[in-house]
Amino acid sequence: MPDTNIADGAYNYAYLDEQTKRMIRRAILKAVAVPGYQVPFGGREMPLPYGWGTGGIQVTAAIIGQDDTLKVIDQGADDTTNAVSIRRFFAKVADVATTTSTEEATIIQTRHRVPETPLREGQIMVFQVPIPEPLRMLEPRETETRTLHALSEYGVMQVSLYESIARHGRIAKTYNYPVMVNDRYIMSPSPIPKFDNPKLDRSPALQLYGAGREKRIYAVPPYTPVKSLDFDDHPFEVESWTECCALCGSRESFLDEMIVDDAGKRMFICSDTDWCERRR
Amino acid sequence: MYVAVKGGETAIAHSLDLIADKRRGDRGVTELSLEQIDQQLGLAVDRVMTEGSCYDRALAALAIKQARGDLVEAIFLLRAYRTTLPRFGDSVPLDTTSMVVERRISGTFKDIPGGQVLGPTYDYTHRLLDFSLAAAGERPHAPTAPVDSAQALPRVGDILERDGLLEPPPGRSEGEKAEDLTRQPLTLPASRPLRLQNLTRGDEGFLLALGYSTQRGYGNNHPFVGEIRFGSVPVSFVPEELGFAIEIADIDVTECDMVNQFAGSHDVPPQFTRGYGLAFGHAERKAMAMALVDRALRAQELSESAESPAQDEEFVLAHSDNVEASGFVQHLKLPHYVDFQSELVTVRALREEVEKRNRRAALDQAAE
Repeated sequence: MPDTNIADGAYNYAYLDEQTKRMIRRAILKAVAVPGYQVPFGGREMPLPYGWGTGGIQVTAAIIGQDDTLKVIDQGADDTTNAVSIRRFFAKVADVATTTSTEEATIIQTRHRVPETPLREGQIMVFQVPIPEPLRMLEPRETETRTLHALSEYGVMQVSLYESIARHGRIAKTYNYPVMVNDRYIMSPSPIPKFDNPKLDRSPALQLYGAGREKRIYAVPPYTPVKSLDFDDHPFEVESWTECCALCGSRESFLDEMIVDDAGKRMFICSDTDWCERRR
Repeated sequence: MYVAVKGGETAIAHSLDLIADKRRGDRGVTELSLEQIDQQLGLAVDRVMTEGSCYDRALAALAIKQARGDLVEAIFLLRAYRTTLPRFGDSVPLDTTSMVVERRISGTFKDIPGGQVLGPTYDYTHRLLDFSLAAAGERPHAPTAPVDSAQALPRVGDILERDGLLEPPPGRSEGEKAEDLTRQPLTLPASRPLRLQNLTRGDEGFLLALGYSTQRGYGNNHPFVGEIRFGSVPVSFVPEELGFAIEIADIDVTECDMVNQFAGSHDVPPQFTRGYGLAFGHAERKAMAMALVDRALRAQELSESAESPAQDEEFVLAHSDNVEASGFVQHLKLPHYVDFQSELVTVRALREEVEKRNRRAALDQAAE
């Protein structure tokens, strides 16, 4: 393949130099110590474009070792183009075993989903994050949002959720649904569907979030409470489907809709390909 | 289906083969050499080096060839290579006064010590397509005057500064380490050196539009070109084991020293202010736009009202980088169907509620 000659020793193990990895590990340790707090880090230019997972890739590169087994998913699937590209990158630069099995993986890098298979202790989820700041669309200025977090001044978020109820009769936010971590910081769970939010709460796995372009890392340590924001009279609820998966019959997983003909006929299948294949 | 249930890997491999094939184009046409790009597309090389933050003509030429002339892509390639290089330390600050100039002009004085030196410029060309260039041919050499590399040209700014008419450039205290944007995250508010780093790396088009906006009244700061100079300057470095500076390279740079709107008060005598621009190679448009934006960003420091986009530090610095911008805009090409599915489910539910309400209203009306 003509794309790269990365394997010939011109680059360090797992691409990043050891100094950079140490810097990222320090940021990760700080993030784990202060759950939900966004730690600035000296994000590097990666050989993949910004917005395509450079934060997640840097986090994975900093924690991966030869004993690890890596799984990479995008939209829940192992075979989406970007997941293939990132998995191939690490197979090449970190000489690491890769898998599509959620159970076998020690590190799971993901974009937009949390696997349906429950995670276990010792596993690390690495989330790719486009906009780490949960308040960004309400307040574009970093200097302002930093202060709001410092003071736990989250009224603006509650008001925005209330406005959604006033307008639509319910909280119409569907993905990147804000969560409160450990009763202290409001955090963006990355653009996962709110369907996945309950899986973050008290998860036995370590969750690391990397935002490359915005140069932030944050974390949720194992068994940390993660609460999706809501109101007493409008409790948080997740999406549901009247259909089941056309391939495995699952009724409890997140379903993707596919348009199968010109007449707009639809089919629903599991977004998590590993989960779906196992059940067939 | 670009997100095949299986087979993504093969599709990607074929896509890579195709782009390599496209890059080469018609095999009957001679392949471009890096020397040709360096020599005949030199200004493209200059831009890639500037925004790629890496002074290496051969690597920049390679990046341009690999990117098929897409300069933002070439900048990205060069940056991704640069980031893996070890750092030996900081150079001694460049002394652009000792520049061996090829071009040096001032818009503030008719004549200046050392004279106005036009050098190579498109400024006085008529933009008529030169059809003689369509065919290869012998081109005559231009006559040049002997270069006096020992003569340092005084800067126009220094002359104004001596009379107190122009603010001096900010000094640097002893032992102060230069910050490096490529190693540390940008924190706001940013120091001026950090801002200037960001602007030099920033997209030329973005800075040009912002600089232009200040001239059209969005944060006007009454600019004059104090001086633009282009030429080569030596780079010096102090190796720890030697303890004194040695020259390690000569690089070409373009510098723009913009003289702007004066500031002063009842007690402080008025004084012109400055905006500064610097780029690798010959890049006057970039250096001038940068100087305009640099000056605009000093609004707060100079107690001016800051209401325009070019004066908004966070807005400018967070969006100037074309590698970041290009990546994030284009990431929309990636599959988003999980998020979109979530939206579909919600929009359908909301529509159903509205329809139910409308049906009920219609029934109630019919019953009356």
